[in-house]
Amino acid sequence: MSDTKIEADPAKSAKSMSIIVTKGTLDWAYPPFILATTAAAMGLNVSMFFTFYGLPLLLKDLDLKLSPLGNPAMKIPMAGVHMGMPNIASMIPGVDAAASTMMKNLMNRKGVASIQELRELALEAEVRLIACQMTMDLFEYSLEDMIPGPELGGAATYIEVASGCDINLFV
Amino acid sequence: MADKVLDAKGLSCPLPILKSKKALQDIAPGGTLEVLATDPGSVADFAAFCRMTGHELIESESANGTFRFLIRARP
Repeated sequence: MSDTKIEADPAKSAKSMSIIVTKGTLDWAYPPFILATTAAAMGLNVSMFFTFYGLPLLLKDLDLKLSPLGNPAMKIPMAGVHMGMPNIASMIPGVDAAASTMMKNLMNRKGVASIQELRELALEAEVRLIACQMTMDLFEYSLEDMIPGPELGGAATYIEVASGCDINLFV
Repeated sequence: MADKVLDAKGLSCPLPILKSKKALQDIAPGGTLEVLATDPGSVADFAAFCRMTGHELIESESANGTFRFLIRARP
């Protein structure tokens, strides 16, 4: 949704928020990006620290997936009932990919923004993106693999940011 | 008549708020924005958004599954 652009608010309040982003599946990518963009729209200064499996959410090409494996709470509404999936089904090749596609279609039908859209809005709202250097080294990523915008930092960088924030979340 | 109308029907949280924030940037101080939405959560969210940002929620009503918000941009 490139027509939606959120500019930094000159009358920003002094409030601020940080989020540690540790999970990179399709479902878990939503809470941090929804909260970051909304907080920015409400005038907060927002920082996101991407570490471990959250780090790939900064990659240029996102192909997010989820798995019903070990997640009995995941039930998709189908024809009036809520369908779960037994763990053994998730082990069949292609089932996780199909479940991911179903979830993306469902989200699209319900008017839920894509993660790409929310990430774009976060960048436009000048959300500060910090990529965990240790995770970059561990998983052999470089900044060239990432969208333009993130800076590199470590635990001390995050603690300094969080020390000055009103809200600190771990997702 | 509002200065601008934003149709956010069919969109889920947080898009109605994000699009409203963007729309309010183009409205002169004291001007008005009318938002139409179908997300029931938007009733509580627009009230909170306005309390936090200093914009004034002049009207909040619903009819036939559509919610209508009238917001005055902060001076």
